[in-house]
Amino acid sequence: MATPENKLAFDGGWEYSPAPESTDHIKVEKKYELFIGGDFVKPESGKYFNTINPATEERLSRVALANDADVDKAVKAARKAYRGPWSRMKPADRGKYIYRIARIIQERAREFAAIESLDGGKPIREARDVDVPLASAHFFYYAGWADKLEYAFPGRKVRPMGVAGQIIPWNFPLLMAAWKVAPALACGNTVVLKPAETTPLTAMKLAEVIADAGLPEGVVNIVTGAGDTGSSIVSHPGVDKIAFTGSTEVGRIIQRALAGSKKKYTLELGGKAANIIFADAAIDEAVEGIVNGIFFNQGHVCCAGSRLFVQESVAEQVIRKLKDRMETLIVGDPLDKNTDIGAINSKAQLETIQSYLDIGKQEGADIYQSACALPDKGYWCRPTLFTGVSQSNRVVQEEIFGPVLAIQTFRTFDEAISKANNTPYGLSGGVWTDKGAKIFRMTQSVRAGVVWANTFNKFDPTSPFGGYKESGIGREGGLHGLDAYLRLEA
Amino acid sequence: MAAKAERSKERVAVAKTYKIYIDGKFPRTESGRYFTLEDPKGNVIANVCRGSRKDFRNATVAARKAQPGWAGASAYLRGQILYRIAEMLEGRREQFIAELKLQGVTQRAAQKEVNASIDRLIYFAGWADKYQQVFSAVNPVASSHFNFSVLEPTGVVSIIAPDDSGLLGLISNVAPTIVGGNTCVVLASESMPLSAVSFAEVLHASDVPAGVVNILTGLRSELTEHFASHMDVNAIVFCDGARKTARTVQELASDNIKHVVARTDIDWNRDSAQHPYLIRDTQEVKTTWHPIGS
Repeated sequence: MATPENKLAFDGGWEYSPAPESTDHIKVEKKYELFIGGDFVKPESGKYFNTINPATEERLSRVALANDADVDKAVKAARKAYRGPWSRMKPADRGKYIYRIARIIQERAREFAAIESLDGGKPIREARDVDVPLASAHFFYYAGWADKLEYAFPGRKVRPMGVAGQIIPWNFPLLMAAWKVAPALACGNTVVLKPAETTPLTAMKLAEVIADAGLPEGVVNIVTGAGDTGSSIVSHPGVDKIAFTGSTEVGRIIQRALAGSKKKYTLELGGKAANIIFADAAIDEAVEGIVNGIFFNQGHVCCAGSRLFVQESVAEQVIRKLKDRMETLIVGDPLDKNTDIGAINSKAQLETIQSYLDIGKQEGADIYQSACALPDKGYWCRPTLFTGVSQSNRVVQEEIFGPVLAIQTFRTFDEAISKANNTPYGLSGGVWTDKGAKIFRMTQSVRAGVVWANTFNKFDPTSPFGGYKESGIGREGGLHGLDAYLRLEA
Repeated sequence: MAAKAERSKERVAVAKTYKIYIDGKFPRTESGRYFTLEDPKGNVIANVCRGSRKDFRNATVAARKAQPGWAGASAYLRGQILYRIAEMLEGRREQFIAELKLQGVTQRAAQKEVNASIDRLIYFAGWADKYQQVFSAVNPVASSHFNFSVLEPTGVVSIIAPDDSGLLGLISNVAPTIVGGNTCVVLASESMPLSAVSFAEVLHASDVPAGVVNILTGLRSELTEHFASHMDVNAIVFCDGARKTARTVQELASDNIKHVVARTDIDWNRDSAQHPYLIRDTQEVKTTWHPIGS
């Protein structure tokens, strides 16, 4: 920690004693089966895959690999549950089951946070303070909608879609499951959920919660596997609606695969958000916002503020302060409560990030990385800045999904907007200024679904989230998030 | 075309050359191609422009250029302009009725269609400054932030207008698209293209800025794929496509994650064919956060 650059460590460098979250209270089984029709069942394939701790490269558990036959079983179980108890149940009772899920997650929050951190590599502080409480809050919010849906869409009657197939990513495993499952259930649908192959554990824990909450069997089914399992859900004729969160590349394949079917779909895809700092911003707050924007969750965030635009007159100051701040960031053991940046989620993702670091350098950008120490084992990436980049650089145009920030400058408002919008993505954006009028004009001009003014990376169950342009179709969260799981009729 | 008029003792009628409408101008198709529209007896009514991919691309450039300005116009102004379109159409009722009849629609049905078209424009004109209030939200987030969600236009929309409803079908899809601040490129009905071209003249006289609505005539079999695949189009509204066409549209739309709005099996004459959810179909939800503090 005590590096010469470390100007923010006022006494010349703090040494933090380790403060690891204990894991002796959590239960991770040696093996996880598929959750179909209310039971934990063996996969038809007989195959299992490893899920590993990216901070230690050690195996945490073995998880069932679902094939077409398993997906078919899950869809049939979901259909049966839909026809049977779930769509006929009193909406208020449906809501009560969802409330139960919210409550049990709260009761087991500590365990969920630790497992999320172990399986995905995210800092325990984030899992504890963001992922798990938000997941519970999401169930709590949508539970209340179950018997109030008729008030959400004036002039329309609402009906559930039927069976929802849901495919979620590895960056916020439990939270994304909550984003998908909670509104689907509230609207009267049943679910086949596939967690990401590198982070299946909290979804399997959620299966336990759902069983403990006494939901009728088959209302939620969870099948684990990789891309093939996902594509089996997408193409299954018994699925009425697909909800996908992941890369634009896969989203495109899914949209194409759904062509000609009657399936409704929502896609929450990639991003390359502009975070725009005006000279009249509160600079220290803005620097915190930049750090939160790109280094939160190792930058594994689709709405990460991965393109920084700084007004020229303050660029030098902002970049200097940002570098000072980066030196204080602790990269390491995700379970340690001091850790700011945990492990990169997987070896494959680390390789992707590293390839972009090489590309950035080859394209002539200047690279800066903090001087922090990295653990010997596991997958790690130092917080990284690129300066001297232009709009056409690949590190400016393409989603890296890591702690890598590309910095550009601007002089005028119009220049900032035109650069910010020069991307096929449109998920999120940020603006920092003390002028109210500028905030309004800016937030109106950024072509993105979520815009944070003088803040960044904030989420709430009541707040719709989703992208413009190639960042996706549809919204999740809030009243607007109900739409994805309902048929609106005259 | 003018043969009948010549034989009569009436004055020699001036036949109209039907053009396309791009960026507020009325060119013929750049391709120089045409297809003939015939009456039931096989007489040629018009040599209609057989629009090309290049026409469509030009129209899309115009639509993109016009979009920020149109979206930036006040809701009040957009409403007034839609109302103005209705006024202009009202003044030309007879022309539109005659033209529909020329394309095989009965007098009664033509009258009904023109009346409904005018009324539909008024309907959506009225929504201009209201849909936002119906579909927006202030979201009670748990943290100390002010958070609200509003609708914004998705951008440039390509529209394959209904084939069986040459005027009303077109207006029923164009009006909700543009009232929300989008601009559009429309492929007119192939079997009844004349009303669309004359409607462009109405638009032209109604203070609709150039490029906000662009109207092409041509063959669906040729142009649909371009309407679906263009990388600078944000959404495609397609009406009465066969299942195979729907599939192709979806597949091509995925190139840039276009929104696909399928409006099939809709009787555009019915009142139920007008509602604000048609506006919402080509809108995005934008959520804005700001801290609350000192």
